[in-house]
Amino acid sequence: MGTYVPNTEKEQREMLEACGFQSFDDMYARAGIPGEMRLKGDLAIPSAGTEMEVRRTLEKAARKNRVYASVFRGAGAYRHYIPSIVGEVCGKEEFRTAYTPYQAEISQGLLQSIFEYQTEICELTGMAASNAGVYDGATAVAEGCEMCRDKKRRKVLVSGAVDPKIVSVVRTYAFGRGAEVAVVPEKDGATDPDALRGMLDGETACLVIQQPNFFGCEEDAGALAETVHASGAKLIMSCNPIALAVMRTPGECGADIAVGEGQPLGMPLGFGGPYLGFMAAEEKMVRRLPGRIVGETTDINGQRCYVLTMQAREQHIRREKAGSNICSNEALCALTAAVYLAAMGPEGLRKTALSCWANAHYLREKLSEAGLEKVHSRPFFHEFVMRAPGEKQARDILRALDGADILGGLLLGDGRMLWCATEMNDRDSMDRAADIVKEVLKP
Amino acid sequence: MKLIFERSVLGRGTDYIPEPDMGMTAPDFKPRERKLNLPQLSEVQVDRHYTELAGETRGVNGGFYPLGSCTMKYNPAMAEDLAALPGFTGVHPLQGDESVQGCLEVMRLTEKCLAEITGMDAVTLQPAAGAHGEFTGLMLIKAWHVSRGQTGRTKILVPDSAHGTNPASAAMAGFEVVNIPSDENGCVDLQALRAAAGDDTAGLMLTNPNTVGLFDPNIADITRIVHEAGGLCYYDGANLNAVMGIVRPGDMGFDVVHVNLHKTFATPHGGGGPGSGPVGCKKFLSGFLPGWRVNEKDGALVREEAKDRVGDVRSFGGNFLVVVKALAYILSIGREGVPATAANAVLNANYLMHLLKGAYPMAFDAVCMHEFVMTLEGLKEETGVSALDIAKALIDHGIHPPTMYFPLIVHEALMAEPTETETKETLEDAARAFLEVLQDARSDPEKAHTAPLTTRIRRPDEVKAARKPVIRYDFGA
Repeated sequence: MGTYVPNTEKEQREMLEACGFQSFDDMYARAGIPGEMRLKGDLAIPSAGTEMEVRRTLEKAARKNRVYASVFRGAGAYRHYIPSIVGEVCGKEEFRTAYTPYQAEISQGLLQSIFEYQTEICELTGMAASNAGVYDGATAVAEGCEMCRDKKRRKVLVSGAVDPKIVSVVRTYAFGRGAEVAVVPEKDGATDPDALRGMLDGETACLVIQQPNFFGCEEDAGALAETVHASGAKLIMSCNPIALAVMRTPGECGADIAVGEGQPLGMPLGFGGPYLGFMAAEEKMVRRLPGRIVGETTDINGQRCYVLTMQAREQHIRREKAGSNICSNEALCALTAAVYLAAMGPEGLRKTALSCWANAHYLREKLSEAGLEKVHSRPFFHEFVMRAPGEKQARDILRALDGADILGGLLLGDGRMLWCATEMNDRDSMDRAADIVKEVLKP
Repeated sequence: MKLIFERSVLGRGTDYIPEPDMGMTAPDFKPRERKLNLPQLSEVQVDRHYTELAGETRGVNGGFYPLGSCTMKYNPAMAEDLAALPGFTGVHPLQGDESVQGCLEVMRLTEKCLAEITGMDAVTLQPAAGAHGEFTGLMLIKAWHVSRGQTGRTKILVPDSAHGTNPASAAMAGFEVVNIPSDENGCVDLQALRAAAGDDTAGLMLTNPNTVGLFDPNIADITRIVHEAGGLCYYDGANLNAVMGIVRPGDMGFDVVHVNLHKTFATPHGGGGPGSGPVGCKKFLSGFLPGWRVNEKDGALVREEAKDRVGDVRSFGGNFLVVVKALAYILSIGREGVPATAANAVLNANYLMHLLKGAYPMAFDAVCMHEFVMTLEGLKEETGVSALDIAKALIDHGIHPPTMYFPLIVHEALMAEPTETETKETLEDAARAFLEVLQDARSDPEKAHTAPLTTRIRRPDEVKAARKPVIRYDFGA
């Protein structure tokens, strides 16, 4: 039985005796656990298994999943190439098993890695300050909204072109704090600026947009920033981190807060997690950032070193007055992103981004030739919406692709499908997918 | 140590991605104009850089790590292999149910095991960490009161010994926090609780064993008082490692609970996450659970959203790969190992406390659970040596310091949690080091202020860091 308890029964008896206990039962009784409350009998969970048996059980479960040869689905989770070095570094026991680096003297490696991560996020987003990360892209948006709210400005606007999963999380957090959430309509695949102007008022804290948005389209973020700022509200941009290598940065667009889902930076799809929410802000909002932040300082000998800093923002100091309750975040995922970015370098990330762009544009033309209708006409990055003649045909397409080991686009209703291509999709696989679509739509 | 940016050389790089085939077109979106300052390094440089950083990072395998309240137990190697299976890592979260039966099976079995261990009826795996679970659980409490028209229940009772996340989570869920004082034994003051509980009480948040490492013997009265006032009881599972398989939160009278897979169920802490904070609840609250849950339909597993769900607390179904590791651990120790794990965690704590007792004053003179709290108030008065000094000196003996200055109700606190995965001789060696450190501090208090002496950097200036924050590398012009 693998309890991972090293002490032998003999040692356990010696220790019980040294502490003055007759038995484990006696120990618990003297610790004050009422006897009548004790669990009677065994837990109804499986009996202990050897490592070999457990491995067999979980390998069997893993085999019941489909891992597609080609994936053309994104919508918040993307299959990208992950260089081997990423797993090699992040698998190091010290990084993997350490706790939050409270003790700076024996955590300099971890602290410095977070400082480097913060710098890289600032570089990607063009913002002044980054935290050490939060749970995922959606919670980063929700935390960003809380950074903007105050007693007077209680309302949060979210673009209708933002991923519905993000909107759902923003709503849940808002229900907690008692904030109002309103959705700004989307028009032709992007935030409708006229509708936005009509919804902004003195109680609006912020507008959330996504870049590229849920439909893959580019938002005119610079213009939206001006509109939002004119009413005294703030702009939160949720960005795809790969796209940031080539697209105008939130900093350049005038955003106040830049957030996003960090999963594309070296994390596997993993059925939804663990992922990483990255968060950066302009200088004057630094002290409203939630979560861990690492800062540079010097030690008693004047040497450069790193510590967790500005902790007066955090729950363990401020308790109910803290801006957020976050404690454990996604440190190893932040390290993953940092290693990925360092390994890729500016040139590797640029090539990845342009491959995504080029492949998505190739795929879109191929699918169009195969009989799917283009829905939007805006510039897009690596996702786009196509319309099948009907919902039935869209489902038939997915089924046919599935038979060829291809995961097709995500159904959005009314025959609309959200497709994605990354650097992982080669021309052959895209041609094959288009041929199958053509076959299904053949009159 | 050099920063990774200081190792960068213009023009160096790696070769992972083929040149993009751009055809005849060029991107039509607004381009990035700002230069992208990412490091330019060869792979060997990247590897050596992080190898150097790892050398200045302390993991559980590097030695005794009795960080109280964090349950730094050994993380089984097998779990890493299993979570890295391509059949788990390669699955897109938006694939159809029929193509993710294995993932759903893992989640369903984990939910069942956690429900049984906590004495709850339903579990969600969506929350990504303990504090996230607290927020989720409080949202269930809020949604339940609102659904019954009880909008006047705006207060959450929190003992003054609670983790900071408890009041912070309550505030995030829109509640007002009422602090309940502890009695002289470090447990909930029943009289104060009775006085505070009333028509405006939404609920109580409590860990049991509590943050001073004691099992509150009045737990049945505590949960009854809150229930009689119309409130619900929330169990913070941070200290579940002391009692799993021995006594269940559901049987103590709790309605909602979160557990930390990264504490009790042996998944690694990752230097501060990813964790996983599943939330369990009694049946009457299960309709409010966020995200989707796994159900069986016509012999297959399906994802279904609860009718009155509180929405989502994050995207997708949770930190799935962490869940895989936790399930591997649960299946490995099984129903026999769960209570044995708890019992040995408590025994190891009592044994270490027994070895230290004569020299280190305990904050409470009682049989402890999985952790205990020492107070160095006397030492501080006598010699000026603080809990911080002692903690730093332990580093020189290869021991990760215990948690310092928590809980807040104990002055000069050091809180030690050895966990069940430490050997008897490790505890004895550690006790000798603790005693030696104390002796050294008494004989040379001045020197004690300068510890640690063996690390590359010592006593960083935290005030300077916070006053004029430098939180990113400056690339210059």
